[in-house]
Amino acid sequence: MAGYTQGSGRPNQWLRNLNAKIASVPMILTAVVIFLGGTIWTVVYSFTNSKLLPRLSFVGLDQYERLWDAPRWLVSVQNLAIYGIFSLIFSLVIGFVLAALMDQKIRFENTFRTIMLYPFALSFIVTGLVWQWLLNPEFGIQSVVRSAGWESFTFDPLYNADIVIYGILIAALWQGTGLVMCLMLAGLRGIDEDIWKAARVDGIPMWKTYIFVVIPMMRGVFITTLVIIASGIVKVYDLVVAQTSGGPGIASEVPAKYVYDYMFQAQNLGQGFAASTMMLITVAIIIVPWAYLEFGGGRKHV
Amino acid sequence: MKIRSFAAMLATAVALPLGAASAADLEVTHWWTSGGEAAAVAELAKAFDATGNHWVDGAIAGSGGTARPIMISRITGGDPMGATQFNHGRQAEELVQAGLMRDLTDVATREKWKEIIKPASLLDSCTIDGKIYCAPVNIHSWQWLWLSNAAFKTAGVDVPKNWDEFVAAAPALEKAGIVPLAVGGQPWQAAGAFDVLMVAIAGKDTFQKVFGDKDEEVAAGPEIAKVFKAADDARRMSKGTNVQDWNQATNMVITGKAGGQIMGDWAQGEFALAGQKAGTDYTCLPGLGVNEIISTGGDAFYFPLLKDEEKSKAQEALASTLLDPKTQVAFNLKKGSLPVRGDVDLAAANDCMKKGLDILAKGNVIQGTDQLLSADSQKQKEDLFSEFFANSSITPEDAQKRFADIIANAE
Repeated sequence: MAGYTQGSGRPNQWLRNLNAKIASVPMILTAVVIFLGGTIWTVVYSFTNSKLLPRLSFVGLDQYERLWDAPRWLVSVQNLAIYGIFSLIFSLVIGFVLAALMDQKIRFENTFRTIMLYPFALSFIVTGLVWQWLLNPEFGIQSVVRSAGWESFTFDPLYNADIVIYGILIAALWQGTGLVMCLMLAGLRGIDEDIWKAARVDGIPMWKTYIFVVIPMMRGVFITTLVIIASGIVKVYDLVVAQTSGGPGIASEVPAKYVYDYMFQAQNLGQGFAASTMMLITVAIIIVPWAYLEFGGGRKHV
Repeated sequence: MKIRSFAAMLATAVALPLGAASAADLEVTHWWTSGGEAAAVAELAKAFDATGNHWVDGAIAGSGGTARPIMISRITGGDPMGATQFNHGRQAEELVQAGLMRDLTDVATREKWKEIIKPASLLDSCTIDGKIYCAPVNIHSWQWLWLSNAAFKTAGVDVPKNWDEFVAAAPALEKAGIVPLAVGGQPWQAAGAFDVLMVAIAGKDTFQKVFGDKDEEVAAGPEIAKVFKAADDARRMSKGTNVQDWNQATNMVITGKAGGQIMGDWAQGEFALAGQKAGTDYTCLPGLGVNEIISTGGDAFYFPLLKDEEKSKAQEALASTLLDPKTQVAFNLKKGSLPVRGDVDLAAANDCMKKGLDILAKGNVIQGTDQLLSADSQKQKEDLFSEFFANSSITPEDAQKRFADIIANAE
């Protein structure tokens, strides 16, 4: 708005910080051409019957009808919902509790912090493989417990279609909570010491202080964490591939894997694009209201 | 002295890449990575290296489902390899139509492929608009039941001679702690097993009607209902397999942990590698011992269109090497598959391969599902059957309904 004021005394707004603006041109171009352009391209081609190679022959909503009729897609969406809700809740809760424990000025804090954060240094593929072995009934946790004498012990989530998604959730939490803990810990460290003193003087128990005082003060940290976790949830793919490849049967399929499999294995780009457009819509449904609340709604941001 | 050595160094630095190009290194991508397969592919590499060129091995682990997307994106993305494996059939159809693959008609007419390749349907799958685009290397048939003689001995029952006897023997195997039928978790294994059951139980004509003519009525009809009934048996018998890869499932049969496996003849390479003998250690039943018919799927090499002339020449050399009688024998013996030419001598073949050759000579063949169905329909079938085999709450009737839908929408 201010850019249009062309007063003789003031320099043109558009020319302020020119160097910085020129420097950000490549990034702006990348964002517009690759992200926005690629997105639009994908959405447009999701209305075509492209097979191995993209072709502009429109078929209306056929791809979407087929998508929502496919049992595998429905299972994928359901899995993503279960995985998403639980991983959001558990990684926030576990991460915060760990951070709160760390914040009690314990000894060897550095060591513990490193141990907790280590899993995050591993890629999802490695995490997936490790947990595939741990959860394998023949030589994982089940066989260790059985060889210790408890013969009837059964723990094989990856081979049970009803609970396989929780087996994947365990691995995801093991990998992800360390990072959440670190973010939370940074947030806790940012809380003024005086607040704690005041709470202690008023005789408020510690858990109450955390819930009613500290957590509301950490809003920014929570939002950052939420975005990081949420983006990880929607794109979950490699963990599933490494742990179960979608099995047993199709019980642990996720949308991202559906997109890949139909685009490349089934050589049906149109179907894959339709599925990825649905993923985009899901993300938009979550992000847009949040972004509106956070940045819009009359609040001015700098 | 110093200058001379420096010049020599420079010369080698220049000559090395040039030399490499003129000897024509050809990168060949394929997904033959299990023990038996790797031994077979080494034979191809040896034969190709003998022509003065150099085989650069581009093995991609994780079976065709993983490898094909990589191959296709390299070809469409402008980084083509020298040659690549695909299955006989329609997997490369669109690449050819997009003009990305090389026309081999010249080589084929020069070497009279039309006369030597048997059955002719193999070359037909390579032919699009009258031009030949691939060199078939082997025939793989799916319709085999591999049985572990040791497992049946442990269970105290005779080794079955057909599918029904096998189903009847299942309880005895289970009692002995043996998984009757090993079915790995990869989706194509379940889908393949179903196709095999279809040929064995419903017969050649029904198979052709369903997959060839895409006849929805037949797919929903009583003949296929019988097949789903058998698939239901197979599902019960496969409980407790708990492995992913096909060769791990084969390994269960080799070690006697499983009674049998429905798998293509490529499983034979694994038995051979483990030092087992057909007849004494394991038994093979083509067509599940019911209908002795085999499908003629298999592998073919496709050659992307390259700009480099040296490499294009090397492609021709590779194409003719692949069909050379000597290469055919050496490769197929190791691979456990059948040669694509009828005029080679496979005296060294074992019992199972001889059974296969017999059936082939009698002409009891059908086309493979890869040749008949598009990759899209195949994938939908895989989704259906991997779910069916893993989830016992899906009734055979429901599964058949979904199967008929897939056939109705197939192109």
